[in-house]
Amino acid sequence: MALKPAELKKLKQTALRIREQIVEVTYTCGGAHIGGAMSQTDIMVALYYKFMKFDPKKPLLPTRDRFILSKGHGGVGHAVILGYLDCFDKKELLDFNKTGSPFGMHLDWLKVKGVDASTGSLGHGLSIGIGMAIAARLQNKKYHTYVVLGDGELHGGPNWEAIMAAAHFKVTNMTTFVDRNKLCIDGPTEEIMGVEPLKDKFEAFGWKAVEIDGHDFEQIVDAVEQSHKETEKPFVIIANTIKGKGIDFMEGLAKWHYAGLDEEMKKQALASLRRMNKNG
Amino acid sequence: MAKGLTWTIDDADHMTQAEIYGEVLTKLGYEYKNLVALTADLAGSTKIGRFQKDFPDRFFNVGIAEMNLFGMASGMAASGLLPVVSTFAAFAALRCAEHVRTDVCYQKRNVKIIATHSGTSFGQAGTTHHCTEDLAVMRAMAGMTVIAPADAYETARAVVAAMEWDGPVYIRIGRSFEPPLHKSMDSFDFEIGKAIKLREGTDITVIATGRTVPGAVEAAEMAANEGLSVKVLDLHTIKPIDVEAIMEAVMETRRIITVEDHNVYSGMGSAVADVIAASGKGCVLKKLGLQDEFSIVGYPDDLLHYYKMDADGIVEAIGQVMKMDFEADEDWEDEI
Ligand SMILES: Cc1ncc(C[n+]2csc(CCOP(=O)(O)OP(=O)(O)O)c2C)c(N)n1
Repeated sequence: MALKPAELKKLKQTALRIREQIVEVTYTCGGAHIGGAMSQTDIMVALYYKFMKFDPKKPLLPTRDRFILSKGHGGVGHAVILGYLDCFDKKELLDFNKTGSPFGMHLDWLKVKGVDASTGSLGHGLSIGIGMAIAARLQNKKYHTYVVLGDGELHGGPNWEAIMAAAHFKVTNMTTFVDRNKLCIDGPTEEIMGVEPLKDKFEAFGWKAVEIDGHDFEQIVDAVEQSHKETEKPFVIIANTIKGKGIDFMEGLAKWHYAGLDEEMKKQALASLRRMNKNG
Repeated sequence: MAKGLTWTIDDADHMTQAEIYGEVLTKLGYEYKNLVALTADLAGSTKIGRFQKDFPDRFFNVGIAEMNLFGMASGMAASGLLPVVSTFAAFAALRCAEHVRTDVCYQKRNVKIIATHSGTSFGQAGTTHHCTEDLAVMRAMAGMTVIAPADAYETARAVVAAMEWDGPVYIRIGRSFEPPLHKSMDSFDFEIGKAIKLREGTDITVIATGRTVPGAVEAAEMAANEGLSVKVLDLHTIKPIDVEAIMEAVMETRRIITVEDHNVYSGMGSAVADVIAASGKGCVLKKLGLQDEFSIVGYPDDLLHYYKMDADGIVEAIGQVMKMDFEADEDWEDEI
């Protein structure tokens, strides 16, 4: 079902709010994984604000949809979304990364409400997601599981063990995203260790794979709806994204993987986000 | 001076532990033509990437695929190369424990591992990026040599020494904002397996390792102001352990506190306990470190404080151990 114009506008506005807040938190906490947090945001906003059955007041409800940020260093972006959904008091985000705070760079489900798995070490999330999805099937539960992977993360063997397993166990009540921003830490993903042809690889492993623009809400929504209808194969959405999306001086640069912002940069970043939102 | 270090690193004061090892390794690259460097998308973070500048053909970034990293290193070592592998401690020691055991130690492959961001030194990254288990894991690997240098200078000396050391070596360093302990590169003797005596003392011994050593020295100074004579050992090599230095401490002070940025189970303190127990000599041992818990999030220095691994925590422990009047009801001459 195509997005209504009002709905699209709302999603875009929400994504802008979330990105602004990520910038604020990065500024106050002295440093965060801002690049990858920006690239994943539209995917996660679409999931949390359009699709997921999730009651922020009851984050452990057994019927809730599950969300696993396997690229756990995107935790700053996840925390901001959960804060905006009122899983906890947004003010707590001011302590992000500070001593004694529940929020570190990588979120811990035991400390942060709304988080389903403590990630950060890459290559764990998809396996956990498969486990949750199989548990739903086995117990006749209706919840859906969503997993977001990094493209650099796919270098790691454990992912491919999981990719094989998902097809083997016919896990179709799960939707997986690859945040394909084409950068890892040391440089372009394809230069460090190429993952292409990625779509073919997933298909060869028995998955249904689609490739979309990961910053286009209509495409994201279409792809997720398609994934819900799939009954034969696990479904992956390879979302082409831009690391640092929305902040002109960060876009496409590996060095913003993890960074701090001073007052001036923060201002520039916020201005850029607002400008780009108007234009796009 | 150790072989391979024919230059002085005047800049070490301004360099972090990791930066200096990047420099040293690069210099060693000219001397050891078979030296190759490997990492897993952490060339910049671990500083091993420095090597790539001078030796692009002898540098391998395998992407975020740590198990492949150690497998490849094993094959290279089996075939005439001298691989130095660097990644975060959590991934080297935990994710790849079996690869290190089976491909490196079991097959006696001469692979040198430099594990950065060990202990809680990656503060705000939290438990997934902390590693408070690596000393235990690596110590349990037959044939593995385990070193935890206290500062950049020691790191440089350890890396150089490792090149000439026969067999696999695990060098554990911090995230690298650690303050210097030594004055310069050659202001101290460094030998694998030999503890560095930083301070003589007769009341109690503090044995520290890695980034907790400067705090141990500070604690000894603070305790000296209270009239206590505290001996301090920098036990940079956990395995093979310096039995002689530990036994000297046992005999001289009968009271030992160990400090490590690691779980107190099976780490350096446990290694020291093994030595004491085997000797049959009586000695009180208090182990500072993480008391079997997962680390919290915080700034690296705050975590040292929180887990009582800094000078304040050590002084507190010294007070506690000194209060124990075990000597009164024991005849020390009665030992086996
Ligand atoms: C197993 C493991 N190895 C290394 C790291 C360190 N690390 C954190 S983020 C990152 C790069 C991730 O790249 P990618 O998956 O593409 O994420 P994104 O670009 O979306 O931030 C690395 C190597 C880690 N977290 N886990």
